[in-house]
Amino acid sequence: MSASLEKGIHALKEVIDAPIASYFESCVHCGLCAEACLFYTETGDPKYTPIHKLEPLRRVYEQEYTLLGRLKKVVGLSKLVTDAELDQWQELVYDSCTMCGRCSLVCPVGNDIVYMVRKFREGMAVSGHVPDGIRSATKRTVELGGPMGLKWPAVANVLKHVQENTGLTVPVDQEGAEYLVLLSSMEIVNYPEYIEAIAKIFHKAGISFTLASDAYEATNAGIQIGSSDLAKVIVSRIVDAAEKLKVKNVLSPECGHAYMAIRWEGPNLVGRPFGFKVVHVLELLDELRQKGVLKMKDKLKDPLILHDPCQIVRRGGVLQAPEPLIQQVAENYIPIADKQKLNWCCGGGGGASAIHTEEAEALRAKAFRIKKRQIEEAGVDTMVTFCANCRITIEEGFDHYEMNTKLLGLTELLAEHLEA
Amino acid sequence: MQGPLIDTLARRGVTRRTFLKYCATLASMMALPPTAGRAMAEAMSAARRPSVIWLPFQECTGCTESITRSHSPTIEGMIFDMISLDYQETLMAAAGHQAEEALHTAMKDNAGKYLLIVDGSIPLGQDGAYSCIGGRSNVDILKEAAQGAAAVIAVGSCASFGGIPKANPNPTGAVSVSDLVKDKPIVNIPGCPPIPVVMTGVLAHYLTFGSLPELDDKGRPKSFYGDTIHDRCYRRPFYDQGKFAKTFDDEGARQGWCLFELGCKGPVTHNACATVKWNGGTSWPVESGHGCLGCSEPDFWDGGSFYKALSAPADPLKFAAVAAVVGAGAGVAVSVANRVKKSAAKATHETTTLADLEK
Amino acid sequence: MNELQFLTWTRGPGLDIAVGIFLLGVLWRLIEIYTLGRKKDLAAPRHTAGASGLHTVFRRSLPPPGMLKRSPVSYIGGYIFHIGLAIIVFLGAPHILLIKNLVGLSWPALPSQFIGLAAVVTMAAMVVMLADRINKPVKRFLSTFEDWFTWAVTFLPVLTGWMATQHLLLPYTQMLALHILSAEILLVVLPFSKLFHGFTLFGSRWYNGRVNGHKGVPV
Repeated sequence: MSASLEKGIHALKEVIDAPIASYFESCVHCGLCAEACLFYTETGDPKYTPIHKLEPLRRVYEQEYTLLGRLKKVVGLSKLVTDAELDQWQELVYDSCTMCGRCSLVCPVGNDIVYMVRKFREGMAVSGHVPDGIRSATKRTVELGGPMGLKWPAVANVLKHVQENTGLTVPVDQEGAEYLVLLSSMEIVNYPEYIEAIAKIFHKAGISFTLASDAYEATNAGIQIGSSDLAKVIVSRIVDAAEKLKVKNVLSPECGHAYMAIRWEGPNLVGRPFGFKVVHVLELLDELRQKGVLKMKDKLKDPLILHDPCQIVRRGGVLQAPEPLIQQVAENYIPIADKQKLNWCCGGGGGASAIHTEEAEALRAKAFRIKKRQIEEAGVDTMVTFCANCRITIEEGFDHYEMNTKLLGLTELLAEHLEA
Repeated sequence: MQGPLIDTLARRGVTRRTFLKYCATLASMMALPPTAGRAMAEAMSAARRPSVIWLPFQECTGCTESITRSHSPTIEGMIFDMISLDYQETLMAAAGHQAEEALHTAMKDNAGKYLLIVDGSIPLGQDGAYSCIGGRSNVDILKEAAQGAAAVIAVGSCASFGGIPKANPNPTGAVSVSDLVKDKPIVNIPGCPPIPVVMTGVLAHYLTFGSLPELDDKGRPKSFYGDTIHDRCYRRPFYDQGKFAKTFDDEGARQGWCLFELGCKGPVTHNACATVKWNGGTSWPVESGHGCLGCSEPDFWDGGSFYKALSAPADPLKFAAVAAVVGAGAGVAVSVANRVKKSAAKATHETTTLADLEK
Repeated sequence: MNELQFLTWTRGPGLDIAVGIFLLGVLWRLIEIYTLGRKKDLAAPRHTAGASGLHTVFRRSLPPPGMLKRSPVSYIGGYIFHIGLAIIVFLGAPHILLIKNLVGLSWPALPSQFIGLAAVVTMAAMVVMLADRINKPVKRFLSTFEDWFTWAVTFLPVLTGWMATQHLLLPYTQMLALHILSAEILLVVLPFSKLFHGFTLFGSRWYNGRVNGHKGVPV
């Protein structure tokens, strides 16, 4: 019960840096970032303009770190950030921002807007202006181990089923394995096929792997809510386990923000470079494909398009792996106009999918129209993606618009068509 | 010397035809309608010569030189016969008390009707002691003479605007005629010196119409000062093409390219040099290879170097270097303050716990 | 003060003050902004061709795919008026001469008629951009006093410069003095307004390119 405006401002003072200063000074209010944001393009409401979502942060920067702003503050000419204002901004910073980073790609003066949103959330989190859904997901992850409150016995139970279904062993806590495989709760609960696929592929490739009973969860609600301290607590479990088991690599699951949390934020959260490599599952698969290990027994005939999850592709840098992999398994892959780093977000990233208020869900449904349009324009009935959170959001979108489109996970699809 | 002008002219062998031609030229130069030429000729030929008093104040006699050397025996020279020049210190035979007497006689006899021509500025410093004639200061003489004048013609930049005597720091406290005379029509004919035909044109206009020509906001006849040197300059095409002489003896200078970069003030100078030219139409400054100094504009002497282009800084920047240092200093100061503030924020960081998420 | 004195003031003390404040502001602001520091990225970098700060500095000058169609006025109008301003400022003979006098560098000029044409096109583009700012909900929503003010401060030097050369409204000398004065106001306002993006955009693009380049994403 200790979140406060003061703590929020304090946190912002800590995170404001030279890039943020440069970005705010560069903005010319051209509004082009709005054109890159699905919450604006699908609603037409100017308040969803990305740079506007940062207005309180801009004022804190100006008031704390510019000479003119400081003088204005001293003589009482500045409009100070208030709790009421942050409360109003909560919707803009969480509900209507998935941290997809598309705005950062188009800003003509080069502003990395999503970089600022991530930092702004540090202040929002400790000032108490966060959606309940993300707050409880964070709590569950910190207290119980995962955002869904899943504990190891439940995971072990799923693994048992996987072993039964595949006839393959899934090693746990095995020291010296090449890969420590991480999962996301969503995969464990909703898409256990993913775990089967991974087991199959590892066995096929003859690579040793293990799961860790004290670090199976890859997702990190801490970075979604915007608390580096809590994110550190969560990511440290993985780092500790990886170091204890002396693995060479840590394999991030398909889940987008999990990859972001461990691959890019991880070392910065714990404050030191990792002694192991963090690999996204698609990177591993593509490597196996190039080595000729990933041979398919047949190919999927259905025409399909790919949905590139923001945190893995645009924000994560796994740019080259997805297309060759989909072409490996699909005969009629149709590249769409806004693909790869230009893809449009599903609308549920950055923690948004954990917000279950009526308004947030209605907004998400609206924002989903852009995906709907992409599917319709391509004229396909199948879409493939590689992020558990995207999958849930997209499935919800399909339900909402009563679409009959099939949604497939790339890793599972590959496993399914893998040569025996 | 009284009597119609045409008789005087006839005596000097000027035919009526020549005179008419002169008037027509003058009329066109002053942008008057073509019929004005005939009207002018008629008016002037019949005119009785008005009394003209020419007062020289703080001046260099350049204006007088210019007028008198207006290529006599051209008609400009003769125009002096149109008027009765009753007082002109430099030109008149009389001197001393005789001259002063002539002045006072003319002022008395023609009170309210004479034209007063002034060249030179009027010093006000030390109660006007910087320039006196016959023990009287210029300012006194001007005030007295202006009282009975029908109109005042300020000849040259000094009389018109203060000119060189008024240039910084203006040690004599020089002012122009219009600074002192407020209740009489004044025509300014600036230039250092002014073009002779401009003077004669103004006189002709006065003789013809009994009024002064149309003036611009600086009291100059629009017909002569309406355009800038730059607009009428034969070198203008080179300006437009971006062809500039860079030095006075480079290829550009020899090709007759624009002198803008060498400091020509043509773009901001209103005068008729480019069209009327000097020395009987022989040449003019720009044609002789030197940029316009802008001598017919107020305070031309203080408009920065004659050899600095208009778009170049008039003075070397003094404040700028200091300001840059101050700016860098301010930047460093804010930078230090910012770093202190940020470090303090980081040092007092309290690790966020789950409880911190609840309000 | 007559117009020649006014002109001489703008060419002399006025210019001195304006350039002074400009330099003061630019240095102060640049130091203020770029010494705020940033954390070193401890994650192992991923190297991808074309992903770096320098690449983004250049790449961001072109519209990312699909954006030109989404906001043609912003891009086309923006290009025209920025390039137009650059042509006028850097290729107009009197301006080159000023630069030469201030920093010693010079280069050939374009014909004055061409500069006049560039001014007309630039002003037209700026008017269109202004109309767009008024018409487009997003731009109107984002606009503050500063946006209208800086538009005017940028527009006036072009307008007065063009009017001076075309002898419109006021005598050349007066218009020239106003032109120089308006340019001086622009210099004074620049470091303390969004016009400072002319400096910071390089830093911003570089940071963006570098942060994302670290992850192997060419942005």
